[in-house]
This record gives sequence, structure tokens and C-alpha cells, in this order.
Amino acid sequence: MKPQHQHDQKQMPPRPVGRSGMLGQLADFLDDRTGYRAVMHEALYERVPGGARWRYVWGSALVFAFMTQVITGLVLWASYSASAQTAWESVYYIQHEMTGGWLLRGIHHVMAQALVVLLALHLMQVVIDGAYRAPREVNFWLGLVLMMLVLGMALTGYLLPWDQKGYWATRVATNLAGLVPLVGPSLQQVVVGGPDYGHHTLTRFFAIHAGFLPVTLVLMLVVHLSLFRKHGLCAKQPIVRPDAMFWPDQVLKDAVAMLAVMAVVLGVILMPALRAMLEGRPIVPGELGAELGAPADPSLPYAAARPEWYFLFLFQFLKVFEGFGASGEFFGAIVVPGLVMGVMFLMPILGRWQLGHRFNVAFTFALLAGIGLLTAMATNEDYAALWADRGAFADVEKLLEETENDKAKIAAHFGNDAAKIAAFEARVKKLDRIRHSQSFLDAVALAKADAARSIELAGRPERIPPAGMMELVRNDALSQGPKLFAQHCASCHAHVDPGAPEAQAVLAKASAANLHGFGTAAWMRGLLDPKQVAGPAYFGNTAHKEDDMVNFVQNDLTDAATWKPDDIEAVIVAMAAEAGLAAAGTPPAVIEKGRGLVADGERCGSCHRFTPNETAHGSAPDLTGWGSREWLVGLIVDPTHERFYGDSNDRMPSFGKAEEAAAPILTRRQIEMIADWLRGDWYRPTGHAH
Amino acid sequence: MSQHDTPAASAADRRGFMTKLLAIMCGGLATLPPLVAGLWMFLDPLRRRGAAATFLPVTDLASVPDDGIPRQFAVVSDRIDAWTGFAAEPIGAVYLRREKGSDTVQALSATCPHAGCFVEIESQERCFRCPCHNSKFMLDGGMVAPSPSPRAMDGLECQVAKNGEIAVKWQNFYTGIADKVARP
Ligand code: FES
Repeated sequence: MKPQHQHDQKQMPPRPVGRSGMLGQLADFLDDRTGYRAVMHEALYERVPGGARWRYVWGSALVFAFMTQVITGLVLWASYSASAQTAWESVYYIQHEMTGGWLLRGIHHVMAQALVVLLALHLMQVVIDGAYRAPREVNFWLGLVLMMLVLGMALTGYLLPWDQKGYWATRVATNLAGLVPLVGPSLQQVVVGGPDYGHHTLTRFFAIHAGFLPVTLVLMLVVHLSLFRKHGLCAKQPIVRPDAMFWPDQVLKDAVAMLAVMAVVLGVILMPALRAMLEGRPIVPGELGAELGAPADPSLPYAAARPEWYFLFLFQFLKVFEGFGASGEFFGAIVVPGLVMGVMFLMPILGRWQLGHRFNVAFTFALLAGIGLLTAMATNEDYAALWADRGAFADVEKLLEETENDKAKIAAHFGNDAAKIAAFEARVKKLDRIRHSQSFLDAVALAKADAARSIELAGRPERIPPAGMMELVRNDALSQGPKLFAQHCASCHAHVDPGAPEAQAVLAKASAANLHGFGTAAWMRGLLDPKQVAGPAYFGNTAHKEDDMVNFVQNDLTDAATWKPDDIEAVIVAMAAEAGLAAAGTPPAVIEKGRGLVADGERCGSCHRFTPNETAHGSAPDLTGWGSREWLVGLIVDPTHERFYGDSNDRMPSFGKAEEAAAPILTRRQIEMIADWLRGDWYRPTGHAH
Repeated sequence: MSQHDTPAASAADRRGFMTKLLAIMCGGLATLPPLVAGLWMFLDPLRRRGAAATFLPVTDLASVPDDGIPRQFAVVSDRIDAWTGFAAEPIGAVYLRREKGSDTVQALSATCPHAGCFVEIESQERCFRCPCHNSKFMLDGGMVAPSPSPRAMDGLECQVAKNGEIAVKWQNFYTGIADKVARP
């Protein structure tokens, strides 16, 4: 095959002989004992038929990428702690507190992706060049196994930070493993380390990721490389240029490729820093490189769950089989990928025929095109809302709302014109796609906010409690308050800034007071405003809308003879002070004056108890400590208590009172978090914690 | 390796040399980031400082009988371990001792100055003994020669408040050297 006549231009350099000088003598000494020169010579002076080429760099680039993973992985290992209570915490510490942790973890994270890309390129080059043909079949098969090992490491590494992203992706992946016939459930249980996800899922995934797989990979890589050396490089035909030596010609090209790979990896990591710099924002190293989501929480829905981008095609592929149940998933997740791998394993055999080789090349390209297409589809489904114009569907949304999506009503709207109905339905489908994408984007935004909050909390000077980050997150008023409010309060109460554009629409739907800014002077000012008190933000949609308070605000307060504007303002400020939410610098004299007015038995005090007055409970809520944490918690626990609304309570459940045998709806801590959130009372970092 | 003397050959040699140099430079440059980042992060512990030495309340005078026999007490303090904050945790032990009729309390660290084992009290022999390499100390912490330990047991500063509360200045010292040097 090789045209020998071209080889004589460049000769095998002579083997180096003994040298003089101290270093030379040391080298001679070592060579005598180890024969390293012969080994080096063997390693470096490999003949490259037809000279060095760029297309041969992929293998070396892969080895380089893998070695980078080994180095960075070992150092990460030195700081990582695999348990459900420490995995997220240790990764947080690496990413946000250890010097250079963000860079190291960033390199490990991005290089893992580069590894997958390089694998695809290497495979393509091997197939196109027909390098799998005899005698290199075994090495090709080894290469495929190596590829699966790398993908396995990518899959297992994703879980290790134990954040929401990795946790949910792993649940999906391990559930799919459970679909394997016969052994599936057992296989899943072994991998997960028990019937549930926890400590042993992490210890196992870590051992697989950093032990089993890389050790196997190194062993196979040694064989792969020695077989590669044994068979020599599979040169691109026809050979037109003279042969060259691996060292230094091909090594230079390989080294340039490595440098390029590393430059791209560093570029990906540092790009956001550059952008921040250009926009004049401060650069926070912890935000560079690999992301760290909020800690894994099996009780929290996570709609942003997606696998790493290079597995996205598989995720999208599985959607094709939606609606076929477990057998469909089994087919999509196991049978089809298995068949594809099967065909790839057969490539060296098929490649014996010219037609077979063409098939292999076509198959590889089709496969990559398919993967590309599926990835694009998945991306489009998720991000469509970013570029779609939802405004163009305003009429569709309006009609759907008006008709409550009732088929008959829609048909009637279009005068039962089949063509118009079909056109409408097509647009509804498009709108649905935008809506789905929007909810995904919202979930991503929420995930980002949750992650940022977790990281903020982890930086508290008290540090993370021994029970782990979950305890902090679950007890954080800022992140839990809105969720609890949405679940338990929002069916009646609004929580919307009255100045926001959507405020009127939100308030119209509410059947109880708007609690945005509850306890502040602004809230109280609205309550005491004759125009607002019977409006939807206060008593308008409640049973109290014609009660004494509304009457008082609309008739008594408007009587300037008894209530001067200054008096009303003093009451407002005094109430905010009672809640502990008065604006800083409020003059104490004004507060005192307001307190006096509230306590006055001729004024507020005629209905409300307000220490020191002794007005009996029962006619109106006790205003002592109004809006304070203690007051608000007490109200949520039991609004029917005589201190609050007593018998005249309007529909509000007693969230903290045990009803007969049943436990209360909310725990004390949950109620406290709602109160804290409403009062804007949560941990805020002062400057940078570290 | 310059058996070739012709100008063409030496030009080729030079080119070869440049190629080699470039190859080594590119390869080295490519490997540098993971190595530097790795070393940078691996050496992070050097940046960390222990908690500053402070007086921590240990017990009260009534709990230390004035019989000259040391008693062992746990030192409790908040502690931060990398990312975890522990509230009020035992972080070590001290021996407290009081002579007959005296109100001054002597505090000794339980850490052996030899190599850091936990020194135990030997009530029968009326002395301290370290279980690791058998260093012996007198009840006031003084050396009993010959001893593997290069110095006497480390005394700790001790304050007795008016109400009898005893506080000890908690400190760690380098082990294995003759001088008592506090760790930063
Ligand atoms: S450590 Fe105590 S004698 Fe060696």
C-alpha cells in the first residue's frame, strides 16, 4: 500500500548516544538502568505516512482532554464530599469560596463537553477514512467502548453536585435504566444504591464516575493506543507528500490542537466575565464556569429539568414515543440506541465492501444529522417563546378565555365554518407551543433565582447548619414565603404592587385584601383612604365591605373637624411603627401622637383594643402590635380568636389550629415564614460574606 | 547531531529545532491552565486561619476541688468547619487544677506536646501519662525525664470571674519542639 519510494527523503534519525556533562552523565546513568531513551525514541519517532496532517489530531486532542479531566478531577476530589448533606455544600465551597475553585471546576465542566465533541469528530474522521478496516477492527471496537465510557462519566458526573438539575436528570436516567427487561428494576436499585435517592446514590455515582469508569477507560486507552501504534497510522490516501516523523511534525500539530481546545474551554468560562467587564458590572468569580443550582429537593417541582445538551437529542427522541407507555420508552431509550450501537459495532465488517463503507459513512452522517436535528428541535421547543411573537396570538388567547376552550362555543364563534375552525386550531397549537416554552423559561428563571438565593444563604456568617443546606432553604422566608402564599393564601388574597400594570386585573380576581406591603405606612394609608377602603385591595370583596370600619373611614375620617390630615397621617405612621416597619427617621413625637389617637376611646379605641385602652375584644381586631411578626403569626394561626375577628371572621381558615384529630394545615414554622415574607423580613447579605 | 554541514541541511535542522520548540511551547501552554488551577485550588488551605484564641467559659470554681488533682473539662465553642457552622460544640479538653485553699486555677491543655495525643490522668501514680509514647508529666504539668515529649504540658491562660466562673484562653501549640509556640 505504502509507496516506499517516497520514504527515502526523510530518514529515521539515529538513536541518540551518550553525552557529556553532568546532565548528560545523569541521563546516561538513567538510560543504562531503564532504557528510557529507547522507549522515548520508540514513542516519538513513529513514522507518519504522507507527513503530518491536521486530520490526525483528534486522537491526541482526546487524550489531552481526558488527561485534563484526570488532573482537574483529582483536585476536585480532594475537596468534594459525597453525601446528601454535604455534596451540594462542598461543591458550593469549591465554586464560591476556594481559591481558583471556579476555574478548576469550570475547566472540568467545559472540558467534559469538549470531550464529547472531540469524540464525535474523532469517530467521524475514523469512519470517513475507513480506519476501522482490517487489521484495525478491534481497535475500532475499543474506541466505541471508550466512547460509551466517556458518556457514562458525563452522565454520572452530572449528579455529583446534588443540585436540582443533576438530581432530576438522574432520576430520569435511572428510571429509564429500570426499563431494561428482566433486570431493569434490580439494575436501577443497584445503581441508585437502594430503593430511594440519597447518600448511597452519591457514593455510588462518585465511585463510578471517579473510579470504575476512569480506571477501565485508562486500561482500554492503553490497549487502544498500543494497537494504534502496532498498526500504525491509517494514512489518508493517496499519499502524495513525503513521510514525516511523529516528533516533531505531527506533535506540533497535535499541540496546536490541544492549545486550541484549551483556549476554547477557557473562552467559554471567561466569556461572561468579559461581557460583565464591557458592561461595567462587577465580576463575581463564583458565577463563572460551571453552574450550581439550588440544592436537590425531591419535594419541589423542577420544570427546568433537562439533561446536559449532548444528551438533549435522546430526551427529544423519547418524546416521539410519548403516549406509548413504558414499552414505548423502552423502545426509544434502549432498543433504538442499542440498535444504533449495534450497527456501529458492525461497521468494520460492513466496511470490507466498498458499498458497506459508503453505507457506514452515510450512516454516521445521518446519525449526526439526526442528533443535530433532534437537538435543534428540543432547543426550539424550549426557547421558542424567546423569538416567537406572542402578541400575534392575542386574539386567540382572548377567544379561548371567552369561550373557556369550549369546542361548541368556538365552532359557534366561527359560524361553524370548518376551514376557519381548522385554521384557528392550528393557531391554538402554535400558541400552546409558545406557552409551553414560556413556562419552561419561567421555570429556568425561577431555578436561577432559587440557586442565587441558596448561594446567598450559604454565605451567611453562621455558615450552613450541620443538617445541610436543605434546612436553610426550607426555612428561608424569601424563597418559601411566596410558595406557601401561592399555595395557601393566594386563592383569596392578592399580593400585588398596587402600582403595577397588572394590579387591577389581579385585584379583581381576589376575594380578600391585597397583602402587598402589609404593615407598612403605604398599606395603612390605603386602608384609611375613603376611596380605597371598600375597593378590591381592602374590604371590597369581603364580608366586611359594609361593616363599621368602611363606614368609619368613609364618613368619620372625612370629617376634617375631628380628623385633621395630620392626625390621620400620625395614625398611619403609628401603625407602621407598631408593625416595626416605620420608615427610618420617623419622628417619635408623631408616632406618640398617633398612638394616642388610636388608643383614644372616642376614636379608633371605641372599637379596637389598643394598649393602654381597655376596650373589650370582640368588636374589632386588637391593634396592639398590629402587623408585627407575633401579631401576624397569631392571626394566621387563628383569625377566629377574640383578639382578631372572633365570630365575624370572613372565611379565613385557622391555619395553625388543630381541628379535632387532624393536624393544623400549616406548621408554626411555615406560618412564620409567610409572616416574615409578608413583612419583608428575611436574611440579606451585608456586603460580601467572605 | 550536526553531521550535515551543507547550508540546506542546517536550514532544515533549524526548522526542525523551531518545530520542536513550538511543539513543546504549545503543549506546555495547553497543559498549564489545569495544572495552575489545580495547584491554586489545592493550596487553598494555606489561606485559611484558625479561630482567634479567645477566652471560653469552661466551668465554675465549685467544680474544681482544691485537692491538687487535675479534673478534665470539655471546652465548648461555636465552630466552623469549611462550610458547616456548628453551634456550641465540644472542641477540645482542658485539665483544671487547684491547690489546697487557693483560688487560682491552673489550666493545662490535654494535647500532648510530643505529637498531639490526648494526655490522660493516671490517678494511681498521681501523674499525667500520654498513651501514645508514654510521656509522663507531673500533676502540675511539669516534665518527668526522660520523656519523648520535648517540653512540659502546655499551660493555658485562665481567668476566674467574681462569680466563680472559669474561662480558659483556648489555643493550640506546635508539637514536637522544645518551645511553646502558638499556632496562628
Ligand atoms: S504523643 Fe504523647 S508521647 Fe507521643
